Amino acid sequence: MQHLFDTTYEVETPEAIDLSAKIAGPAPRALAYTIDLSIRLLALLLILAVLAFLGEAGWGVFFILSFAMEWFYPVLFEVLRQGQTPGKKMLGIAVVNDDLTPVTWSTSITRNLLRAIDILPFAYALGIITMACTQHFQRLGDLAAGSVVIYRKKYTTVTNLPPVKPSPPPIPLSIEDQLAITSFTQRHQEISSARQQELAAILQPLINQNKKDQHNNPVIHLHAVGNWLLGKRE
Amino acid sequence: MKQAAFEQKHQKNWSTLEQLLNTPKAKANPSFPQHYRELCNHLALAKHRRYSTQLIDYLNELVTQGHHYLYQHNYRYQLQWLNFLVFQFPSTIRRNGYFVGAALALFFVPLLVMAQACYINSELIYSIMGHADVNMMEEMYDPSNHKLGRERDSATDIYMFGYYIKNNIGIGFRTFAGGIIYGIGSIFFLVYNGIFIGATAGHLTQLGYGATFYPFIAGHGSFELMAIALSGAAGLKLGYALIRPGPYSIKSSLRFAAKDAIIIMYGVIAMLLIAAFIEAFWSSTTSLPTALKYAVGIIFWALHLIYFIFSGRKNEFK
Repeated sequence: MQHLFDTTYEVETPEAIDLSAKIAGPAPRALAYTIDLSIRLLALLLILAVLAFLGEAGWGVFFILSFAMEWFYPVLFEVLRQGQTPGKKMLGIAVVNDDLTPVTWSTSITRNLLRAIDILPFAYALGIITMACTQHFQRLGDLAAGSVVIYRKKYTTVTNLPPVKPSPPPIPLSIEDQLAITSFTQRHQEISSARQQELAAILQPLINQNKKDQHNNPVIHLHAVGNWLLGKRE
Repeated sequence: MKQAAFEQKHQKNWSTLEQLLNTPKAKANPSFPQHYRELCNHLALAKHRRYSTQLIDYLNELVTQGHHYLYQHNYRYQLQWLNFLVFQFPSTIRRNGYFVGAALALFFVPLLVMAQACYINSELIYSIMGHADVNMMEEMYDPSNHKLGRERDSATDIYMFGYYIKNNIGIGFRTFAGGIIYGIGSIFFLVYNGIFIGATAGHLTQLGYGATFYPFIAGHGSFELMAIALSGAAGLKLGYALIRPGPYSIKSSLRFAAKDAIIIMYGVIAMLLIAAFIEAFWSSTTSLPTALKYAVGIIFWALHLIYFIFSGRKNEFK
């Protein structure tokens, strides 16, 4: 059942490793679309303001440009800017082929031509329904093109660990517990200190069992164990 | 090996790779594949040894970037467009002959029936068009109307070129996209456009305006009508893939169909651009003799037939 709720998307690469990505849902995509739409309308207004002085020929050029903006604005950005239109870039999401390779012209054109149907009957209703019904939040255009929209995050390199003297875990820990403690230690700067206290307090009884223990604050104790598990000895 | 030791040992490799990926020109570095494979190995090890999620996320992101670079499909080769024109497009049309046939029938049968009907019954046109539209259309092709039987200036030509691009290619795209609703949208647009064009032709002929109407459409007619029918064929292919996925899942069947459909659409875009160009800059001229316009129209139709039947045929697998 869990895999039905999980937004992790895994692909096996030719190097025989599992590459994973987080699928972006309807909300960030709708926001990105709204931003793109505003940019497009603004650009068209500016173009119109300039071309209005050129008479009929200006209108002809305006028709061509508005046609191109309507259908090819997303295509050009997706293919030439690593799957990101300006709106998608702001939301930190990107379009990729479903094997997590960069979108090709064909993929991008297919998914953007089929927008004409996803947008029906109003406000992308059909697209949103399709996204809700498919496991990887794909609208009709994505299904036909074989594309998915994923989050593209910047991960920092190895983080700085809390300045706590490492200490070995008081009892043998299962691998899951070890993982939980190391993650807790590494994310010490992301989680608020109140929340850290709250989380660590769950383990209070466990720590008190060990009378010889030097740390009474459960947060510091967990950091110490985490540092130890990560391999620090000093 | 503990995580800290692992990180320390390989940090240099990772930052080298990060640097390579961040400087676009240096990407062609011959050491890239080796660094990338090592990185893949590190990610697998990190996962296997249950290192922290933070490290795994970091490595995963780096591998994703490398994977993007190594497996990009956007390769270009010289004369790719020629290959498309001579081989790919016409053989895709032939490979999907059933869909093309069906689309042609869905478009041209209503067109011809409606043309005949409107030719016989002069009132029938009002059942599909409003009075204002009919009047406007009649005025456009009225041979006695001197104002329109003129040589347009070039600004108007550009205006019409832009208008035809926006309007006609938009119709082509919608006819294709409609196919994904089990083909219904494509069928609708094909029949609808067929009825409309047929009614216009029939009505104008019945009024005796044929002498202005037919020379006008002779030049671009083949490109425009064929392109609309072909975009319908591409749409029907998508719809059929949903109705009869055969041995595949619906999703894969749709994807396979979309591959051919998009090739057809590339051709359709090219054809509609040519049509818009001819329509704006050639069809509208009145200084050229009518016979020449008819001759060009017939030649274009013949070229279409020859192109779709014979081009690139030699290289096809039988």
